[in-house]
Amino acid sequence: MTDLLDAPAADTDPAPPRAAGRGRALLGLVPFVGYLLVFLGGPLYFVVSGALSDPDGRPTVANVVAALTEPQYHAAFAGSLTVSAVTALVGAVFGTFLAQAVLTSRPGSPLRRVVSTASGVLAYFGGVPLAFAFVAALGQTGLATLWLRAAGLDLYAAGFRIDSLTGLGLTYVYFQVPLMVILVTPTLEGLQPQWREAAENLGASAWAYWRHVALPVLAPAVVGATLVLFGNAFAAYATALALTSGSIPLVPTAIASALSGNVLAGRQNVGLALGMTMVVVIAAVMVAYLLLQRRAARWAVR
Amino acid sequence: MTRGRRWRVVVLAIAAVYFLLPLLAAAEFSLRSPGGGYGLANWLAIVSDPVLLAALGTSLQIAVVTAVVVLALVVPTAVWVRLQLPGLAGVLESATILPIVIPPVVMAAGIAFVQANLGGPVFPALFASSTTALTPFYVILALPFAYRAVDNGLAAIPLRTLVEAARNLGAGLPTALLRVVLPVIRSAVLGAAFLTLALVLGEIVIARILLYTDTFPVAIVEVGRSRAGVAVALSLASLLITWVLLLAVSLAGGRRSPADRASS
Repeated sequence: MTDLLDAPAADTDPAPPRAAGRGRALLGLVPFVGYLLVFLGGPLYFVVSGALSDPDGRPTVANVVAALTEPQYHAAFAGSLTVSAVTALVGAVFGTFLAQAVLTSRPGSPLRRVVSTASGVLAYFGGVPLAFAFVAALGQTGLATLWLRAAGLDLYAAGFRIDSLTGLGLTYVYFQVPLMVILVTPTLEGLQPQWREAAENLGASAWAYWRHVALPVLAPAVVGATLVLFGNAFAAYATALALTSGSIPLVPTAIASALSGNVLAGRQNVGLALGMTMVVVIAAVMVAYLLLQRRAARWAVR
Repeated sequence: MTRGRRWRVVVLAIAAVYFLLPLLAAAEFSLRSPGGGYGLANWLAIVSDPVLLAALGTSLQIAVVTAVVVLALVVPTAVWVRLQLPGLAGVLESATILPIVIPPVVMAAGIAFVQANLGGPVFPALFASSTTALTPFYVILALPFAYRAVDNGLAAIPLRTLVEAARNLGAGLPTALLRVVLPVIRSAVLGAAFLTLALVLGEIVIARILLYTDTFPVAIVEVGRSRAGVAVALSLASLLITWVLLLAVSLAGGRRSPADRASS
């Protein structure tokens, strides 16, 4: 697990790549690429083709237009975009501070191992267990709710509900922060102590060092990681599914109800069009991430 | 320095409260007895519920097959790219992001379309049981994390030297992979396997949309509708078990690495 967090070590391979036939070398990728094509490309193909055709298979853009213009889908996109943006920003800021706090602890301390493994579990596990833990904490009879009520703050009287956008956002931060820790730790580790020493020798204060040296170096990686968090929350559905029975307006909820509803003919195709729109949004975000990462790599020690 | 310490304490304290409180609350909630007071009723219900146990069995079966397929795809590919196609490392890394770009709910929508509309000999067999229908797609979900874990493990070892030494001693590439590379990166491989396990024990979106109700996470949610305490106990148990497994891997890997660093 630490391997996810450790920055890759310097390349210790002595020999340059053998000049084997490039075509033969590419053959080695066939199983991996083939698997991706069949089991990822396959579903994607049917999403796109279904989104762009009517129930009888004739090509149309009506589904996409419906997905982008109907008011209930506007609400779904607004809900998804809001909860993704807010939790990405909160997760990114707090995750960066947490990663730095852990990194400045003693190397090999138990804190590091606990945080790094916990990050792995919480960042990817998310979903169902997380939803129930939050129901236990902040549900009607949850422990935190009871404690806060005893302290004079009645959440539910103030209108809070765990199965609302706010409740969902609070839950999402629980996996956004660990993911940020995982993503940003290698970059923070890449800050060379010599840079700090050089800045201090030139008379820089701690603030000046962060403002003029560390932050500019970190910025592309931190912004890139924030984009990943955004995409992560935008794609997430398991927590919402476990937390509620479809009452929160989110794009995945809209897709699921369009797929299962079957009330009106052609809803299935609108669901696929919503899915395609979702892929377009996340793809745009991830392309931006890759570009930023390339920029961030300039400072990586080779 | 004292100022530096103060913000650390604040950050770590907030993190401790935010991350531990839900777990603590889950523990407390799971120990509540239906009639009031505390007891082990919810935890005992887990082991005595045949539906839950069957669901756990199904999900563990899916998890094991998924992990095996994932590792069989990822380890040789990552090694191959590092040895033969270092120029393509960036492209491959981007390719492993693809499953993140296409979220589970969209994948499920595409699969549901196939499930509903396509016949022939292949598809009905594929969709006959949750194991055969879900495993191929859970592999896709696990690929990005597994690839990163394994590739980072490979970055930390002198891969080319090891493989060439093995081959000079007469080993074929598969032998070198299985008997030299795999043992050296075992902590990365185990990490990838446990992440896969965690993913399968938490995945609900595809299973729900494809209407498979016999996997563990779906069963937890179903139980949660009537008996929240049992569902919370199960959630806590599955979180903690995965964490302990990963911590064990991390400690096993950590014991090795100081010596490695000292010698290099």
